[in-house]
Amino acid sequence: MITIEQMTKVYTMGEIEVHALRGVNLTINSGEFVAIMGPSGSGKSTLMNMIGCLDTPTSGRYALDGIEVASLNDNDLSAVRARKLGFVFQQYMLLPRQSALANVEMPMLYRGIESKERARRAQVALELVGMGNRLDHRPNELSGGQQQRVAIARALAGSPSVILADEPTGALDSTTSEEIMYMLKQLNREQKLTIIIVTHESDIAAYADRIVTIRDGVVTTDRKNEVPHV
Amino acid sequence: MSNQPVRRVLEPVSDTGRNGLDYRELLKVSLDSLLANRLRTFLTMLGIIIGVASVVSLMTLGNGASNAITSQFSALGTNVLTIFNGRPNRGPGQSGNIAPLTMSDYKAIARMRLPIVGPVPQFSSSATIAAPVADKSATVLGTTTDYAKVQNITMDTGSFFTDGNVQGASQVVVLGSSLKTYLFGSGEAVGETVRINTLACRVIGVMASKGGGGFGSVDDQALVPITLAHTRLFAARTSDGNLRVSTISLSVINADDIDFTQQRIQMTLRDLRKLKSDGSEDDFNVINQASFLSSLSNITTLLTTFLAAIAGISLLVGGIGIMNIMLVSVTERTKEIGLRRAVGAQSRDILLQFMIEAVVLSLLGGFIGVVLGSILPVALTITGTFNAPVTLNSVIISLSVSLATGLFFGIWPARNAANLNPIQALRHE
Repeated sequence: MITIEQMTKVYTMGEIEVHALRGVNLTINSGEFVAIMGPSGSGKSTLMNMIGCLDTPTSGRYALDGIEVASLNDNDLSAVRARKLGFVFQQYMLLPRQSALANVEMPMLYRGIESKERARRAQVALELVGMGNRLDHRPNELSGGQQQRVAIARALAGSPSVILADEPTGALDSTTSEEIMYMLKQLNREQKLTIIIVTHESDIAAYADRIVTIRDGVVTTDRKNEVPHV
Repeated sequence: MSNQPVRRVLEPVSDTGRNGLDYRELLKVSLDSLLANRLRTFLTMLGIIIGVASVVSLMTLGNGASNAITSQFSALGTNVLTIFNGRPNRGPGQSGNIAPLTMSDYKAIARMRLPIVGPVPQFSSSATIAAPVADKSATVLGTTTDYAKVQNITMDTGSFFTDGNVQGASQVVVLGSSLKTYLFGSGEAVGETVRINTLACRVIGVMASKGGGGFGSVDDQALVPITLAHTRLFAARTSDGNLRVSTISLSVINADDIDFTQQRIQMTLRDLRKLKSDGSEDDFNVINQASFLSSLSNITTLLTTFLAAIAGISLLVGGIGIMNIMLVSVTERTKEIGLRRAVGAQSRDILLQFMIEAVVLSLLGGFIGVVLGSILPVALTITGTFNAPVTLNSVIISLSVSLATGLFFGIWPARNAANLNPIQALRHE
């Protein structure tokens, strides 16, 4: 459960103040599949960093599962990211010289999960994204779509509250993009995962149940997607 | 998809409340990353390997050389006092009238009944020694039987000349080992006759080799009774009818008596040479081998330290190599650091990961360096060429220096890595 109230973010670049967020209000409930859309410079990346606990707002309130994130220090933010969030990036961001299994295990290292349990969860997560037969493959032995599947397994292995995907299909062709989006959709439906994707493509956003549009640092539209793709 | 994996995956993690990695996991993360980049790891270690190997081998060889020099000099006898002509603290070519050292000085010392072996007078000069097949210009040393005791002479074959030979000025000669080889090759020398400046002398013994003993090794000399040298071989008489000697040596029986003996001899000789009355300085030197030995060992220690310091520079360069690679590695792995931070690594985890990588690099490099650096000294020791045992000291010093280098040069890049902003690190291209 995400609650954002009157969130602002001001960056100071030399003499100039950049108002990236100008009072965002947003509530996302568990189990939702939300797309955040907006052109570049709209503030959607900043909002994603805030939701991802990678940065703290200048003012306003952000509660993630009841944790007031705005007031946390760097170490506590790390701990929240480790437990509550799973990240999926446009460029997959897998460790190039390590196996799929090791890549999926890696985030769990940072929250004190025993090695056996890490391996078990990583394997289940990889099976869930259809990569159960490629545990020992390294990223350079996998296609882009397969790499992104491993990345998604990495995000969900620790059973986070929210999976945050930043342009998850940005580096994939349209067929593979559809496969990935279909899989995210399935994970949302069947595993009751909360998924937030950030994208500027309306085709991709069409898979979500709810589409939030942001422009000039404020939410301009927030609508239910009555006829979601697939 | 069945419901089976749903329950398995979504079961909440039983949270330990623990943040960050424990040390075992950190070590594993660091090792994984080092093993994943074997070439880079090896190249980084190369600097440390070469540095440590040169420190270990130079220190070991230096120590070995220093021991060898010291032991060769102590083989000459550390209790030996040597008296020779010339004013103390002056170099050769001294001006002024110096009364030569003579047999009367020798007799005066002999009359003192000191707790010593000797004294032994020595008169040396150059002469041509002709054997049936070869001849050579060599130093001929006239001396007495005690010479063998004072200088720890052992015989290879035959015997040293006797008191009777000395009293009777017998035409006998004892050859040094190198000189014997030159004159007779591997053949038998004892019983043969050689001509020293045309005077026929019978070879009665060959001395065992003493090794390089500094100023004119006894191995290259021919020893004859001093009486023969004085009367038949060389012109040794001074203007007042005394017989010249080059040096007088003696061996003090108890090492504690060295200083006392030295002073007594000095006083006696001053009396005899009438130096006391007009207060002029000594015209002779009494040299103590022990003090010579200690200044020699100071020099060799200095040399060893100097060599180790030069090798230390290469260790430093190796350390800078580690820093260089670690800095590059931080830049190269900025995305990885960003990723790790994004998925929950604390900056401490990143700092420790990079520091452990640096420490593992330097320690592993250090160990390999110790092994490589020991190969030459150990090989020399085993083959008996040169006794240079690898000392624990040199191993400990070079390992701790390489560890310190790794830590010191690893901290900066590690801090840089830990302080990266995760958002910027993730976007880094």
